[in-house]
Amino acid sequence: MELTTPTDADIATLRRRAQRIRRDVIEMLAAAGSGHPGGSLSAADLVTCLYFAVMRHRPQDPAWVDRDRFVLSKGHACPVLYAALAEAGYITRDLLTSLRRFGSPLQGHPDRRKLGLVEASTGSLGIGLSMGIGFALAARLRRSPSRTYVLLGDGECEEGQIWEAAMFGAHLKLANLCAIVDFNRLQLDASVEEITDLEPLAAKWRAFNWHVIETDGHDCRRILRAFADAEATKDAPSVIVASTVKGKGVSFMENQLKYHGAVPDTPELIQQALREIAAVPAHGEGP
Amino acid sequence: MIKRWGSLELGPATREAYGRALAELGAENPRIVVLDADLSKSTSTSSFSKANKERFFDVGIPEANLVSVAAGLAAGGFIPFASSFASFLVCKGHEQLRVCCAYMNLNCKFVGSHGGISLGEDGPSQQSIEDVALAACLPGFTVAVPADEVATRALIRAAAEHEGPVYIRVGRPRAPRIYASGERFSFGRAKTLSDGNDVAVIANGLMVATACRAAELAERRGVQVRVIDCHTAKPLDEAAIAMAAEETGAIVVAEEHLVRGGLGSAVAQVAARRRPVPMEFVGLEDTFAESGTPEELFRAHGLTGEHLLGAVFRVLERKAQPGTT
Repeated sequence: MELTTPTDADIATLRRRAQRIRRDVIEMLAAAGSGHPGGSLSAADLVTCLYFAVMRHRPQDPAWVDRDRFVLSKGHACPVLYAALAEAGYITRDLLTSLRRFGSPLQGHPDRRKLGLVEASTGSLGIGLSMGIGFALAARLRRSPSRTYVLLGDGECEEGQIWEAAMFGAHLKLANLCAIVDFNRLQLDASVEEITDLEPLAAKWRAFNWHVIETDGHDCRRILRAFADAEATKDAPSVIVASTVKGKGVSFMENQLKYHGAVPDTPELIQQALREIAAVPAHGEGP
Repeated sequence: MIKRWGSLELGPATREAYGRALAELGAENPRIVVLDADLSKSTSTSSFSKANKERFFDVGIPEANLVSVAAGLAAGGFIPFASSFASFLVCKGHEQLRVCCAYMNLNCKFVGSHGGISLGEDGPSQQSIEDVALAACLPGFTVAVPADEVATRALIRAAAEHEGPVYIRVGRPRAPRIYASGERFSFGRAKTLSDGNDVAVIANGLMVATACRAAELAERRGVQVRVIDCHTAKPLDEAAIAMAAEETGAIVVAEEHLVRGGLGSAVAQVAARRRPVPMEFVGLEDTFAESGTPEELFRAHGLTGEHLLGAVFRVLERKAQPGTT
């Protein structure tokens, strides 16, 4: 689809996919009994747009050397990545309930050796943007059109290495690199504002010479426009600062610290979460 | 192989040999890329960058970024060699070596320059005394410390051929020539430089020449030393170590490194498991060094041929006591 002019049908399809991905996130976390729902749900619309509208990739040829690459730097959100891979047909849906099980390719944080579909084994926050620079440089050396997308957490932006990478990426004018900050404003112990206030976050990235695009991280139309803007920017790397809601889509998880790394502990809560996710319309008002 | 050492002539520093080996590799293999952290003239990666500007990346000082960018290049299909001073690379970059390179088992090569206290006057903040220990802690890493120019060229080339992450330490000062040009090396295959069945002295890097000196001094007092260049700390040449233990009954390990966690510790584990013998360790005893010339520092911190000789005689005394190890 043309990112700047998606049809209503395109958007509706994306929204349906995003809700299926949210459903899969809840189901796989329920099966695992542990994991990170809040940051997976906040990223669901961004990841859906990446896998189903923005990135050039081939489920029938996962090793395609010129594929666009996605680095989930906030690796704890891997349920949303695994769900996207299943939705795209890279893995079967029934694999999802093996999340975190001993021997599963779906490890608690992405593991490139056990699941070759993930580009980087992340989980230690702060390293993904640097690795993204490595991928972007590799693409440049190969004269490949491959673009690299790196999804960062907002708490993760407290890590110094993010800013090492930011300085260097801008210095290299890596226009084939696009970062996305899942700005859900919560970390684990407290809100980001209480721990280490990142604001003005967009201004910081601009000061580091990145092309900054701010967007609502749950509005598919706006998200697509942001990615189009990034792709059209040829003289600098881009960062999409996406305002999101941690736990988005499940009323009792939204904006709750509790659900950063804890799974709902009763079947009733799981069922409520799934009902709420299923009830979101693909068409109509809102994103 | 029997070696007559005499007085060893000085060859170029192993860091220089690294730079030259990189330049050769760069011309042969378009997949080789090189990264540095603002120390390119010191590390000699400038020898590569002169002819290969497009494949050279000076990331500036941040070593954490250096390591992870190298990992990304490796995952992207290239063979990166990344350098800084050994201390910064392995200490500052350690977590990135761990999660990006070891955990993903990526094909990236790290060369820590100015390793050991022979870095000299700049002092302990720059002198790596723990890099072999830290690198060897990384699952899947190959870790080596070449002794001279010939060994460095061979092991750098071996690193380029090897599939998997590698750490190699090179040094600042000129290194005594141990090997003839063309000598072949493999990771994990130690070099026995002299026959001798009274005691084995296992060493790496600059300590190999020191071991040769100690062996010469020992020979004058009727002690036959088996000198072993155990250039690869991981994987260790367990067969050579076990054979040395079996045939000599006493081992001294010498390294320009803390005695804890480096080559000595690794050799001790092998001996303990396969053929326990009395052992002595020459290296830094839980201390940083200080500013000084390499010679002054080696004298002050027990890394001379005379110190090594002392360790030889201490271990021989223990070997002579019946019923003890």
